[in-house]
Parts: sequence; structure tokens; C-alpha cells
Amino acid sequence: MPRFVLFRFASMLFVLFSISVLVFLIFFATPGVDPAARIAGREADQQTLRQVRHDFGLDKPMPVQYVLMMKKLFITRDLTSYVNRGAKVWPQITEAIPVTLSLILGASVIWILFSVAMGLVAAVSRGTPVDAGVMVLGLIGISMPVFWLGEMVNLVSQSRFHDTFLFSWVPPLGYVPFTVSPVGWFKALLLPWITLSILYIGIYARVLRSSLIESQSQDYVRTAHAKGLTGSRVLLRHSLRTSMLAYVSLFGLDFGALVGGAALLTEVVFNLHGIGWLTYESLQNFDLPVIMATVMYAAFFVVAANAVVDLFYAGLDPRVRRA
Amino acid sequence: MTETVVGGVPPAEPAALATPGAGPWVLARRRLARNRIALVALGVFLLIVLVCLAAPIYAHDIAHTDPFRSNLNGTTVVNGKTVPVMQQTTGGLGLGETPIGPTWDPAHYFLGADSQGRDVAARLLYGGRNSLMIGISAALITCILATVIAIVAGFFGGVTDGVLSRGLDVIWAFPVFLLAICLSTVLLTSGGFALGPVTIQAGSLVLPILIIGIVYIPYVARPIRGEVLSLRRRDFVEAAEGLGASDWRLLWSEILPNVTTTAIVFFPIMIALAMLTEAALSFLSIGVQPPAASWGTIINDGQGLLYTRPVVALAPGIAIVLTVLALNVFGDGVRDALDPRAKHRSRG
Repeated sequence: MPRFVLFRFASMLFVLFSISVLVFLIFFATPGVDPAARIAGREADQQTLRQVRHDFGLDKPMPVQYVLMMKKLFITRDLTSYVNRGAKVWPQITEAIPVTLSLILGASVIWILFSVAMGLVAAVSRGTPVDAGVMVLGLIGISMPVFWLGEMVNLVSQSRFHDTFLFSWVPPLGYVPFTVSPVGWFKALLLPWITLSILYIGIYARVLRSSLIESQSQDYVRTAHAKGLTGSRVLLRHSLRTSMLAYVSLFGLDFGALVGGAALLTEVVFNLHGIGWLTYESLQNFDLPVIMATVMYAAFFVVAANAVVDLFYAGLDPRVRRA
Repeated sequence: MTETVVGGVPPAEPAALATPGAGPWVLARRRLARNRIALVALGVFLLIVLVCLAAPIYAHDIAHTDPFRSNLNGTTVVNGKTVPVMQQTTGGLGLGETPIGPTWDPAHYFLGADSQGRDVAARLLYGGRNSLMIGISAALITCILATVIAIVAGFFGGVTDGVLSRGLDVIWAFPVFLLAICLSTVLLTSGGFALGPVTIQAGSLVLPILIIGIVYIPYVARPIRGEVLSLRRRDFVEAAEGLGASDWRLLWSEILPNVTTTAIVFFPIMIALAMLTEAALSFLSIGVQPPAASWGTIINDGQGLLYTRPVVALAPGIAIVLTVLALNVFGDGVRDALDPRAKHRSRG
């Protein structure tokens, strides 16, 4: 096991390093992209451009630029924005993290509750119209673009039905910190939570249903039935437990990606200034240091989630460790 | 020697010849033909494709509009009366103009106009052509490249596999969508892409097609590589190898036919995923570039009119949901037809 952990850790570092190089190359080495021209503005003359290149270290060789940027990003942590001159990148990220975490945590509670309930109901009533209905609902959830759903939610709650008793409680778009007002925090996030969770409810209900059904043909479930256990006990204590394995590992990966900024569209539509929104803003302004920071931050969570899920499996199944 | 070579034909073929009957493809097609829901979904998808292909006919012969030119000072006919396309707003904030809403008259702004005074219904159809085009092409690229990479990596193993698999790992470790956003932003900023003789203009549809097609490769390549690894050790492959079959022959006639089903099962789902990704990129205005339209760009256009003319954003969204839903349902049917064991598992 220690060898496996060590190996997994090494490959995690390798992947992170490769990603940092790849992102750096995408933004600094793509022909036609000139960060200096973006900083200096459209009308800048050659002398200004040269001055900007020199000031920002863009006239140094690529590898040197890469090392300098990584040093500023991870070691001295004083990387500054190209657009808002002097604004440090790290505080922007640490300010955005609570927003994203609030969004993801609430959404994941909703999607776990609903997907487990829907998966169980569909598996129990397999082959009936109830099963088909639940699965169609799940498919519709998977097929909706999340940003469009968010806009429709805004249309209904902010405009069309805002004056009715149903949605009069909905605050204007934006985030309210939990420390300022827990109730305001909840009100501001409830609709974004639901919007974000609908896609995942669809995916997870389908995954859970098929693994529940698969487990029902296993010997240990038959044995449990033969022992005279009630159907619901077999389902909840035997089938559901093993089926949750696939569910939990999938959850780990999605949670990692979401914390890393995969909720970008939801954050943009609901004007929540989290990591995804920050990424979007920096891409709009072509603010390369912020992009590097947010993408590295995102990659870190995805890679870490992958590693955690692998270790989780290796802890449960010794065969994986030898692979 | 000649006899041994004849005997070295993959075992599946002599067996199929010996017992006259349907091959796996025919069986799969029959299973699919019995699946009514999947066929209805396919019908819906094909209908959407046909309607979108008819976009020029609608624009030129029915609505008589040019959906790519702004028409801020134009007029149209509603209930026999001539009215301006952009109506002056006096109430409310009292600022600016509001485009005409849906008239439900196919010849005159059926779904109303957008903020440029362009016919939303005509743009919806033209946008659908681009969305479908990008979805289908990107899914083709994903499935074909993923199969090639997976077969090469799984078959040759060693260093080849190491390099290809680590490459896939690196792309995999990106949130897919984030990678697509980064690539689109950079390539639009740099004014396109030039690598040797290959030049792609920034506004070209090829850009989103390539980006979306490439970022999803690991998604398809990983499971196929796993299959190739296990096929490599199967008796029929070792037998063919023992009989002196070349690497090329092993790849082409032993391994490939056994993984094409997986690639095909992925195809409809990948079209759906690619279309959703295209919509998201275009919504962030880094996908299809104006004046061209796609369902994502129309939703983006409709953002500013969300509270006054919601139909501009509503209609393309419904089109996306219908198309993607049909593809997902059909994809489930294809999976059940090609992999009956999965059906057995999921239907108990």
C-alpha cells in the first residue's frame, strides 16, 4: 500500500506539472497571441510594446518566463494581474473559494438526496411506468444546458412571477456571505443550487439504478433473500451499500471538478463571484496570470479528486494496488 | 502452408459461415428495430435535422428575410397592418427599442425579432444547421481519433502506450469544459490558427469542431484502450499472431472489429455532449462567431432581451433540449442493441 500511495502521488505531480506547461504554452506560445499587445492596448506603438515586454518579462526566453511565473504563483505568491495593475492574484482566488464551495456543497446535498431517492424508486419499480417516468425525468435533466436552465429560472423568479407569493422572497442575483446573513445566504443560493443539481440528479439516478439492478442478480443478494430478510432490508443494507461504491467514486470526481470551477456557467448566469466566474472574467480580459492561477487551481482539484478516488478503491480492493 | 493461412481466418468468420444465420450486426439492427422508443427518438432527431436543412427555403421563400443582416429600421405586417420591427418603448424605463414579439405568422417574424431586428425563427433554423454540424463533426472526430489512439496504445503497449496514456491523463485532468474555453479564447484572440500549410480563420466553424472533438477524446479512448488490452490476450488474437499475421493485420481485422461497437455506442452520446458544449461556448461568445448563428449564440443574443422578449432565448433552448434528449434516448437504444448483455443487466 505505501508503494501504491507513493506511486500515485508521483504520477499526480507529473500530471500537474504537464498541465502547467500545457496551459503556459496555450497562452504564451500560441502563434498570433501577443500578451504585450493586449496589455499595451490596440493603438500602442513599437516603443511602448518593447517597454511593456520588458516590464512584464515577456522578452525573456519561454522556459525562463515559465519558471518565473510558477515561482510567483506557488512560492512567493505575489503574482499580479496584467489588467488591474498591482492587484495580487492569490487574494482574488481565496475570496472566490467560499462562494464556489457554498454553491457546490448545497447543490451536492440536493443532488445526493434526490438521485438516491429516484434511483431507489426506479430500481424497485423496474419495468413499470414509474421506472420509465423517473428515468425520462433524469434524461431531461441531463439534456438541458445548465446556463439556459439558469436563465429560465431567472426569467421566472426575477421577472415573470417575481411579484407573486411563489418567488417574492427571491433576492436580486448575487452572493450573500454566510457570515453576513445565514438566511440571506440560503435565499441567494437556493435557486442556483437547484439549477446546478438537476444535471447531476439525472446522471446519478441513472448510475445508481443500473448498479442496483446489477447487484440484484448477485449471489449475496439471493442469499440475503433466502435468509428471509425483508425486501426493503435487502435493498437498503445489501444492494444499496455495494451500489454506492460506483456512486461515491463518481461523486468524488465530479465534486473535485466542480470545486475547481466546473460550475462556471452557473456562476456566470447567477452572478456568483466564485472560481468559475473569476476564470470567465480573466478570460474575457485575457488576464493571463489570473487564468494560469485559476486553471492550475482547477487542475489541482481534479487531479487530487482522481487520486483520492484511486486510493479509496485501493484501500477497499487489494487487487488494484498491484495494477 | 496455404491451408494454415486459410485456417488462420478469425474464428468468428468460419463459425458464421458454418451456421447460416444472422451476423451480430444484423441481430443488432433487428433489436434496434424492435425498440419503439429509440426509433421515435431517431425520428425526432432526423426531423430536426431536415427542418434545419430547410433553413434557406424558409428564409427566402416563406419569411423573405436575411437572418444575417440587421434590420433596425425595417417594417413588417401584423394582422394586415404595417408595423416597425423595432418598437419604441415609452413605458417602464422608457429607454431604447424593443424588437417585435412573436407574431405566430410564419411569413412575418414568426418568433419575433432579436435586438438587431433579425428574424428569430430564420436564425433558429440556420443556427440549428451550425449546431448540428458542429455536434456531428466533433463527435466523429472524437470517436475516430479515440479509437485509433486507443488501439495503438493498447496494442503496442510499452513506451507507445506510456506516452499516449499519459497524454490522455493530462487532458483528462483538465475539467473538459475549461480546456475548451481556454483553447477557444486563445485561438479567437490570435485570429485563428496557423500551423504550416494549415490555416483556420477565427470565425470558421472548424475551430469549435476541432476543439470540442479533441477535448473529449480521453472520454472515449480510455474505455476502448481497456478493451484492447484484454482483447490482446484473447486466444483468437494470439492464434492469429502465432500464424504469423502482421501487426497491421492483427490491428485491422482482429482488434478493430471488436471495438467498433463501443465507438458506435459512444457516437450518439458524443453528438449530444458536443452540442451541449458548443452551446455553452457560444453562450460565452467564444464558440460560433457572429454574424453566423448557432443555438448557443441565439441564447446569448436573447440574454439582453430575457425579461422583455424571452422567446429569443427560450426557443433555441427548447431546440437544444429536444435534440439532445432524442440523441440520448436513441443512444440508450443503440447501446441495448449492440450490447445485449448490458440490456440483460439493466432490465434484469
